[in-house]
This record gives sequence, structure tokens and C-alpha cells, in this order.
Amino acid sequence: MEGSRFYFFVFAIAILASPALSDLVLSKVDRRIYLTSHIVRISSTLKVENAGPETASEVLLAFPEQQAKNMAYLMATPHEGKGKVKKPVVALPVEVANPKDMPPALTFYSVSLPKGLAEGDSFTFDVLAVFTHALRPIPEQITQADIQLVLYQDSAYYLSPYAVKAQSLTVKLPDSRIESYTKLENTKIHGSEIKYGPYENLPAFSYSPIAVHFESNQPFAVAQELVREIEISHWGNVQVTEHYKLIHGGAQSKGEFSRLDFQARPNVRGASAFRYLVANLPPRAHSIYYRDEIGNISTSHLRGDSKKTELLIEPRYPMFGGWRTAFTIGYGLPLQDFLYESEGKRFLNITYSSPMVELVIDTLIVKVVLPEGSSDISVAAPFPVEQWQETKISHLDIDGRPVVVLKKTNVVPEHNQYFQVYYRFSKLSMLREPLMLISGIFFFFVACIVYMRADISISKSSASYLAKQQWEEAQAVIQQVQNIISRCLATHDKLEASLRDLYRTGDIQACKAARKAADGLLKELSKELKPLLTTLQSSPSAAQVLPKVEELVTKERELQEKVMVKHSTVVDGYEKKSGARDIENRVALQQQKLTALRQEVEDLLEFIDEI
Amino acid sequence: MAAVATMPVSDLLKSFKLKTKQQELLIRVSILCLVYILAFITRLFSVLRYESMIHEFDPYFNYRTTLYLTQNGFYDFWNWFDYESWYPLGRIVGGTLYPGLMITAALIYRILHFLRFAVHIREVCVLTAPFFASNTTLVAYFFGKEIWDTGAGLVAAILISVCPGYISRSVAGSYDNEGVAIFALLFTFYLFVKAVNTGSLAWSLASAFGYFYMVSAWGGYVFIINLIPLYVLVLLITGRYSMRLYVAYNCMYVLGMLLAMQIRFVGFQHVQSGEHMAAMGVFFLMQVFYFLDWVKHMLSDTKLFQAFLRITVTCAVAVGTIALGLGMLSGYISPWTGRFYSLLDPTYAKDHIPIIASVSEHQPTAWSSFMFDFHILLFLFPAGLYFCFKRLSDATIFIVMYGLTSMYFAGVMVRLILVATPAVCLISSIAVSATVKNLTVLLRSKNKGVQTGSTKGSSSSKASSKALLDQSQPFQKNGAIALLFGAFYLLSKYATHCTWVTSEAYSSPSIVLAARGAHGNRVIFDDYREAYFWLRQNTPPDAKVMSWWDYGYQITAMGNRTVIVDNNTWNNTHIATVGRAMSSYEDEAIEIMRSLDVNYVLVVFGGVTGYSSDDINKFLWMVRIGGGVFPVIKEPDYLVNGEYRVDKGAAPKMLNCLMYKLCYYRFGEMLTEYGKPPGYDRARGVEIGNKDIKLEHLEEAFTTSNWIVRIYKVKPPNNRW
Repeated sequence: MEGSRFYFFVFAIAILASPALSDLVLSKVDRRIYLTSHIVRISSTLKVENAGPETASEVLLAFPEQQAKNMAYLMATPHEGKGKVKKPVVALPVEVANPKDMPPALTFYSVSLPKGLAEGDSFTFDVLAVFTHALRPIPEQITQADIQLVLYQDSAYYLSPYAVKAQSLTVKLPDSRIESYTKLENTKIHGSEIKYGPYENLPAFSYSPIAVHFESNQPFAVAQELVREIEISHWGNVQVTEHYKLIHGGAQSKGEFSRLDFQARPNVRGASAFRYLVANLPPRAHSIYYRDEIGNISTSHLRGDSKKTELLIEPRYPMFGGWRTAFTIGYGLPLQDFLYESEGKRFLNITYSSPMVELVIDTLIVKVVLPEGSSDISVAAPFPVEQWQETKISHLDIDGRPVVVLKKTNVVPEHNQYFQVYYRFSKLSMLREPLMLISGIFFFFVACIVYMRADISISKSSASYLAKQQWEEAQAVIQQVQNIISRCLATHDKLEASLRDLYRTGDIQACKAARKAADGLLKELSKELKPLLTTLQSSPSAAQVLPKVEELVTKERELQEKVMVKHSTVVDGYEKKSGARDIENRVALQQQKLTALRQEVEDLLEFIDEI
Repeated sequence: MAAVATMPVSDLLKSFKLKTKQQELLIRVSILCLVYILAFITRLFSVLRYESMIHEFDPYFNYRTTLYLTQNGFYDFWNWFDYESWYPLGRIVGGTLYPGLMITAALIYRILHFLRFAVHIREVCVLTAPFFASNTTLVAYFFGKEIWDTGAGLVAAILISVCPGYISRSVAGSYDNEGVAIFALLFTFYLFVKAVNTGSLAWSLASAFGYFYMVSAWGGYVFIINLIPLYVLVLLITGRYSMRLYVAYNCMYVLGMLLAMQIRFVGFQHVQSGEHMAAMGVFFLMQVFYFLDWVKHMLSDTKLFQAFLRITVTCAVAVGTIALGLGMLSGYISPWTGRFYSLLDPTYAKDHIPIIASVSEHQPTAWSSFMFDFHILLFLFPAGLYFCFKRLSDATIFIVMYGLTSMYFAGVMVRLILVATPAVCLISSIAVSATVKNLTVLLRSKNKGVQTGSTKGSSSSKASSKALLDQSQPFQKNGAIALLFGAFYLLSKYATHCTWVTSEAYSSPSIVLAARGAHGNRVIFDDYREAYFWLRQNTPPDAKVMSWWDYGYQITAMGNRTVIVDNNTWNNTHIATVGRAMSSYEDEAIEIMRSLDVNYVLVVFGGVTGYSSDDINKFLWMVRIGGGVFPVIKEPDYLVNGEYRVDKGAAPKMLNCLMYKLCYYRFGEMLTEYGKPPGYDRARGVEIGNKDIKLEHLEEAFTTSNWIVRIYKVKPPNNRW
């Protein structure tokens, strides 16, 4: 009360000191102050009339310093009568003005009118001003059982540099429990509404302080700092991560916190506390998480439809006055809903502020992380923000991703408007990271191959190293021997096949040709085999395998001879036109020996293989 | 034409056909890869059930220090004086911890960041234990290969990958020293056995470095430094002394000792502490042995040598005893610590050091928990020992000794089951591998005989004799098949048991408690984090919190507040002071609390939820530990006829001590269960005895939603006028 009296004094002086500055007159002012949440919204409808001869193109709005300090948002729109179809309204430009000869305790904003007001013309427009921290809790400290009372101060008269012909004021409260309010003439109370006015023909700078002291148990959720990180991935995702530092901005709690009382009657013992917050996320939000520094918080609920995704989060504990908490929520959004292309540039079109309902943000830092390799970055924001650029190194980045940082203080839900970040990004850069991964794995395998093949032993003359090398050489030779033997066996198979052909077609010439080819091949193979065997014999490390290999070779030679004998017997038989049965009888015995030998050779091969 | 076309194809196939050796290699490598992955993913149950978080108590300290290490660098970490714990004493962190775990995690973190994987340090910490468990399976494979054969190695890798005894300490989130220490332990043993087998200086050097890593990671290195000398001693006695052993042990001991001294927490213990003297004694014994060997070689006269031997041995023993005696008397060599005594004598801790006995994981192991942690390995272990004795070598002697000693320690303390696990797995794998190998050899030889008999009309004399042998034992094949099936049945039972145990018993972070609700739904009690986060956000940054030491690490890590005592129980008096405060009347306790600058008192209370490991159930330990230092506190004062109660029949001192008051403050008005009177304690199943609790110097600051954690604020002293 002390303060308001002081202000009244200041304004009384101001009124005396300043002359009426322009010929504009406000013919009608309707003010509505919404105190239903901790964000104070004053919505006024002003009808301005030009009484002077000069054309006026702008209207000044005045706010006392106290209010101007807390003002978060100011918007003027042309008034549209009731019942009209709502068109997209175009906001009128509003600027801070410093007119001369005005009392310094006032802050002025000038609203530019769409067209100049000639003499006698009038224009109606709406002004919405949003204030934060404008409700002062009195008493400042309450216990768990107390209700929270807050005080709001303003003027019953519209503070304006112009004379006001007719005005009224409505104060809307969250509910009808009012501790006290300033009673002036024409004050009416209507449930949870207090009406002041109408007042008529008041001079410029009229001021009549009022104070409303009422109960408000609305959540006084204030984010002292919010860092929003919006990361774009051209693989189809916009990842939003929001780090909140939250405080209950109402009356400080004092004394005990009794869980028993709170559990038994949460609405009485803990009326001033809030237990949850609601965030309206964009539709198709996915992979939502809610955690803090020490882990996941399991108390959250998600409801979604095609229009929006509603996330209800409960902090770890109920928030009493002055209590703090900090948490992070994160969610993914489909890229095609937010990323567009125009004139060769891509742009991200996304809302600026937090999705939380009725949250005051003292400092909001929005970081837009663009993909690595983006260039030519520019930002279009609907209101002034402080901005700079950073880089962030994330997964598989070489020189980091460009980050656009936008900082703004005193943010209210009205700031939740779309802003755009324009940048250039070539599609080929998208392949950079997969290629890096692929090449990394490729080089890993190459390194493995090199390691396996390369000889990296330090001492090339040590005994064990030499023995190992010799053994490897011997193994290679044995491998070659095996190859030759198996080729021999394949040749035998060919000969057998030629015999089968002979049975079928009786073509002796073809059979003989096959025999000739096989003979040549076998001779060549045995020639190849000879040097290999001598090297094996000379190598000391192959000593224990050598007898087996030699056995294999002799067995194979035996087999070879047998096959030849069989072949010539059959061919002879055909040439002499002896009967098939006769030939078979002659061959039968040989055949038995052949299969036995073949089996032995194969066993030997397998045995050598297993060494 | 067609024949010509098909030929290259068949050639191609033939050239692709792998040789048996290559096939075996392929199978072996793929099994190892699968085991490696299995060991990792089976430990992720906790992440799936809960979340990627640090578990329990000690891991929170490790996490906090790792965070500090990654943020401030190695030198700051090494010189860190922590003001946030042991107020007002503080703690020299760099000199009182085993830094191996933190440095490992920080290194992994750095490497990942160097490779441009921007992971959070928490994820690295959570997954460190599973990663090292995977590495342990590889070491187990090589170890098994070294002591038996590749088959045993593979089986050992498989067994250890899912063995509950090991999983209990290495699930994702269990960021504790043991996670990397078991890897280091087994690796050191493997390298040492390899060094003994080869006599190579390189392997023994490697084992010294393995030992260094182990020393940096866990206090359990004392086991290595005592087991290896014991093993060497056994080899000497059994006449298996060799040059290989001499090289391996000397290099490993000398280098390992020098390296271990670099760890500040260990310092000069290797030459000054009684626990490390065995290793030194054996080292000198080795030298004497070598010397005698040399003298024997030089002296041809046996009589002369006998006399020389007698003199030398007597002298050596006398000098050793005198040196040890002098060291002990002068205090240069410190006597054995209580923990060491309690290992040798399970009842020691209970009588002399209540602070060790109060920890549940230091209790003697129950038979059931052996069964729980080892399952069939418990039966395979003796079988494996039999096989080891049948094929005695330097390596098998080592594993037998490791198995037997660690089994004994596992019986003394629950947490040492962990140390026994690798040995049990290795020895069991020998049993499994040898049995299965014998059985399959039987099966394969018979099959071959049948095959050759059918394909060949006349077979060689060898085959016919084999057939004769087969006929003489007609049930051999069936028996082998049955036994094989039995073995596979047992092993599959083992696998299912391990998976079940992992998912049900060992994956709980114990910070978050889960229970089944009335409708079968899962209810989560996240009270600990609720309270710690409240502390972190809503108390002054320099507030001092008093609680029982169990919660110290968690309060500093999650609540970021200074604590009076924590899980590093280095100062018994300080803990006893807290115990005394908790067991005194409020007006006596307030004096203690004021002298310690306490602002908040935190107690854990399970009466509402039925959570049984709360402070009331731990209270007798506080009384005992407090009474151990301050004789004012007497345990019988809190008992009625030797019985511990909280209901109406409880001792008056109990009903009015600070702990009782703080736990049950306003609990008397609370209805916990339908049909029961108010103030019914669900954890103990009784109605409490003192329902009218008034606090004079403290006020309730916060109680979590399920009442598990209650925090009280110490009121400032009243004005004196």
C-alpha cells in the first residue's frame, strides 16, 4: 500500500508537469485485466479520435515504469467488431518511443496506425500487454496449510497521454475469494470479477491506484532458464531437447512439509503447490523422454491425437513455493512437418518458445543445430532476439555442426510463434557420415588382413621363427601336393566318365581321345609332383608328415595304374566286340581293388588335411 | 557343351570347400564372437527393465569420480581433496581409491570421442562392466586353452559368460571395481600360467603389467600376491621347480611390485605389510633354491652337499624369521588388517570389527547362494578337479589351487563368490569338455566302423578288430548317446537358470525399487532419487547432511551435498559418532549434530511400503558401532530380553531415541494397511509403540511419496533472550 501511494504521488506531479501533447482523444477505453494465472494479461480496446487539425499517424501508449519493467509482450491489432468472421489479423507495428517533455517515470510505446487519422476520424484497436512477475505474494512466506494470497496493483483510470472520454475496467480473478480490493466510486463485484467504472472525461495522465489482494492457487511455474536445442537431421528427424530450470515463483514456503497432511488432503494442505505441468507438443511427436541429471522420471503421461500430443509431466516432488527442480524433456518430430525449401534454400519453420502451458521463462536460449556442412545461415524471428553462432560436435562430426543461438529474456506463451532459419545444405553431404562409418569399418578389416598376412616378428633369425617359417613352407608344399592328387583323382573320374560314355554310345574313338588327354595330363602332374616331393624330403620340419605324403603318392600311382589297366581292358573288349557281360566280368575284380584303393587315398588325403 | 559349362561350377565349389582345419577355425571364431556378444547382452537386462543408470552404493562414488576425472583431467583427479564427504575431515580421494576403473572408463570415453561418438560419460560407465565381462570370456577361452585344450577353452568362455556369480557384479550399471577387476585377475593368472609354461620373459613381463592393472583396479589384488607365491611353493615342494618357474616368478614379482608401488593407495605395502610378506619370502626362497641348485651342480660330493644344504637352509630360515620378527616389532611391517583376519577366521569380524560385519555382502555364504550362483558348476567342479589331477601339469596345478583357495574364500564371504567364479567355470569346463570329448570319440569311432563295414565288402584287419570290440560292449554307443543328452540337458538347464537369475535377481539397480501392484501391474518406487533430487535442488549448496554411512555416496553423487560419513568406511570413530547421535535422545543428539554442523538428517524408512532394508532394521548395527567407540551406548538398552522390537513392548530407550523418532514421526496417524490400526509398520508387521512423537530441535523438511526417505531439518538454536 505504501508503494502505491508513492506512485500516486509521482503521477500527480507528472500530471501537473506535462502538458497535453497532442490533439488525439481516446473516446472509449475498455480494459480487462486477467489475473487468472500468474501471467497478467491486460487487454484493452481503444477508440482513438483525432480532434486536432493535423493528421496523426501514431498513437502513444504509456506504461508506468513498474509495469514496463515486467512487460513481456505487447501487441496492437485493429479491432474487429463482435460477430465478424475472424480474418487473420495483421498486427500494428509497435515501437518504443521517447517523446519529449514527458515524465521520465513513464515508458512510451507508439503504435503506427494503418493510415493517418484526419481530423474527426476515429480508429479502434486492441492492445494486449502481457506482464510477468506482476503479482506479489503477500504474505511472502506461508506454511503448507496456508493459502497463497497475491497482490496486484494498477490504476483504475487508463494511464494515457491523451484525455479519455469514457472508460471502464474489469479485473478477472481466478475465483471469488478476495482478501481485499480498493473501493472507488462505481466499483462493483461480480463473483470473480471486479468492475471499475465507467468513468468519463478524465484528463490526460489520470491515475488512481488500485490494489487487489486475492487468493491464487494457480501454478506459479517460472523457468529461470530454458535451453531448447533443436537439432535437424536430414535423415528425417527434428530432435528437440529442452532443459528446464524451474522454480515455484509464488509465496515461499516455510516450516514443515508434512507428507502425511499432503497425502491426506492435498487440496487443503498444499493448495499453493503444483504437482504437474502440461506440455502441448506438436502432432506426431515421438520418442518422448522426461529425465533429469540423475535419471529417468517415471511420472509422466502422454495423450496424443492428430492435432496435438499432450504430455503431462509430474516433477519428482510437489512444487511448493520457492522450491526448485530441473529436468529435461526431449522428443522427435518428423522432418517434413518443419523443413521446407524455397529458392534453393532450406528453411526450418518451428515455434520459438516452450510447449508448456502458462509458463514464464526468464531466460530462453534456443539453439538450432543445423547439419554439418550447412552454410549461408540466416534467421527470421517475429520479435527481436539476441543471436550468435556456435559449433557443436556431435556423432561422427569432423568440424562440428553450425549452431544458431537465439536468446531472449522474459518470455511468455504469447511468444510461441514460428520463426525461420534459412540455410543451404547439399544433399551429398548427407552421405558423409555413412561413408565415414563404412570406410572406418573397411579400414578396420584391411588392417586385420594386413595383420594376418604381414610378418611382424622382430627377430628374423631366432630358432622358433625359422622353424615356424619352415613349417609354413612345408604346409604350402603339402597343400600343393594335395591339389595335384585331387586333380589326378579328377582325371580318373574323367576316364571313368569316358568309359560310361563308351557303354552308352559305343564311340571308341572318343574314348581313346579321352585316354590320350588323360595320359598327357597325368604325366604332367607327376612331373609337377617330383620337385615338390624333393623339397619336402629336404625340409626337416615336414619329417613327421613325410611318410604319410609318400604313402599317399605311391597309393595314388598304384591307383593310376589300376585305372589305366581297367580302361585299356574295357576298350580292348569293345574293340574285340566281346559282350558287355564278358567285359564286366573281366573288370569286376579290378573294380573292387580300385574302390578299395580310392577309399584309402581319400582317407589319406583327409588325414593330411587334418594335420 | 553342358558338361563343359558345369565343370567350372563344380571346380568353384570345390575350391570353396573349406578344409577341416579352416572349418574348425571358423566355428571356433564364430562361437567366440557369439559368446562375446552374449556376455554383453545378457547383462543388459537391467537397462531394459529399468533404465541406463548407475546401481547401488559404491558405483555412485565411482561415477562421481569418473565425472570429475573427465571434467578436470588426470592431475586434478589425482590431487583431489573432496570437501563434500567426511565433513569436517574431508577425504583425499586420489590417495584413497583404486583408480583403475575410473581411468579405464575415462579412457574409453576419450577414445569414443576421438572416434567422434559423442556419448555421455554415464553410458560409458554403465556399459563398462558388461564390456569387461565380454573381454573376460575371451581371457577364459585362452586360459582354458592353456590349461587343457581349445574345447575346454570354448566351454569355459560359454560358462563364464552367463555364470550368475559373475553377472551379479557385472550387470550394466554395476559400475564397480569388481567389474574390471575380475578381468584383470583372470588375465594376470592367464599370463602368469603362460609364462610358467613357456618360461618366456615376455609373458612374465605381460603378467606383471596385468598385475599392475589389477592393483590399480581392486583391493582383491592381495589374493593374487598370495596365491601365486603359494602356487610357486607347492611347485617347489612337489619337485616341479624349473628354470621356467624361476624366470616367470622373479620377473613377475619384482616388476609387479615396483609397478604396484605407483598406485598411491597401495604405496609401500608390498614391502611393509604383513599380507604381502609371503610373496617376498617365496622370492627369497627361490633365490636360495637356485643357489643350492648351482652349488649342487658344482659339488660332486653328495655328502658335502647334504651338509651344505643343512647349513644353508637353517641359516636362510633363521635370517628370514629374524628379519620378519624385527620388522614386526619395529612396526616397519604392519600386522595383518582386520579384513584379512576375517577372511581367515569368519567369526573374527563379528567379534572385533562390527563395521565389516554389518555389511550384508561380508556375511558367510549360505549353501543356497552357492547353488544360486553356480548351479550345475557346483557338481562339475569336483569332476573337473578329478580330470585335473588325472593330467597333472604346472597349469592344472595352478587352476586346482586357484579353485580350492577361492572356493574357501567364497565360503567365508558372500562377495568373494565372484573371485571363485572364474576358477569354478574353468575347472567345470574341463569336466564338460573332457566328458563330451570322450563320449563323442566313442560315438564317432563306432559310426565309422559301421560305415566302413557297409561300404566295403572286405575290410582291413584293423576295422574288424574294432568291430569285435564294439560287439563286446553293445550298450556303449547307446550309453554314450544317453550321457551326451544328459550333459546337454544339464547345460541347457544351466543356461535357463542363468538367464532367469540375471533377469530376476541381479538386474535391480536398488535405487529404484519395483513391486507388483494389486492388479499385477508394475509399481515403481523411485523414492531415493526423489529425495536426493530434492536435496540437490532445495537445500543450500553448503548444507551438511547426516545419514547412516550406507547412503553417503548416493547423497554426494545424486544429491550433491556434503555428508558426514559415507561408504568409504575409513574412519570408524566418525561413523560411531553418527551411530551415537542416531541412538541417543534428541536433546543429546542435537549437541552432536551441532558440533558436526549438521543441517539435515536423512533416514530411510520402509514402514509404509514394507521395504525391509531400512534404517530401523539396520539400527542395531548403529548401536553396536556407536557403542564400540562410545561406551555410553549400550546394546542391551535397546533390547527387551535380547529381543529387538519397535512395538509397545520395546525398550524405552529404543522408543525415544533419535532414529526411532525420525522414522516414525507422525507415522502413528497414518493408515498403512486396510484392517490394521494406524501406525502399523508393514516392514516389521507390528503396530508401533510410540505414536505421539514430538520433535524439538528438528522439523520434517521432506518425506518422499512412499515415505521411504525422510529428511529433517535441524532448527537453528533459539534466541537466548
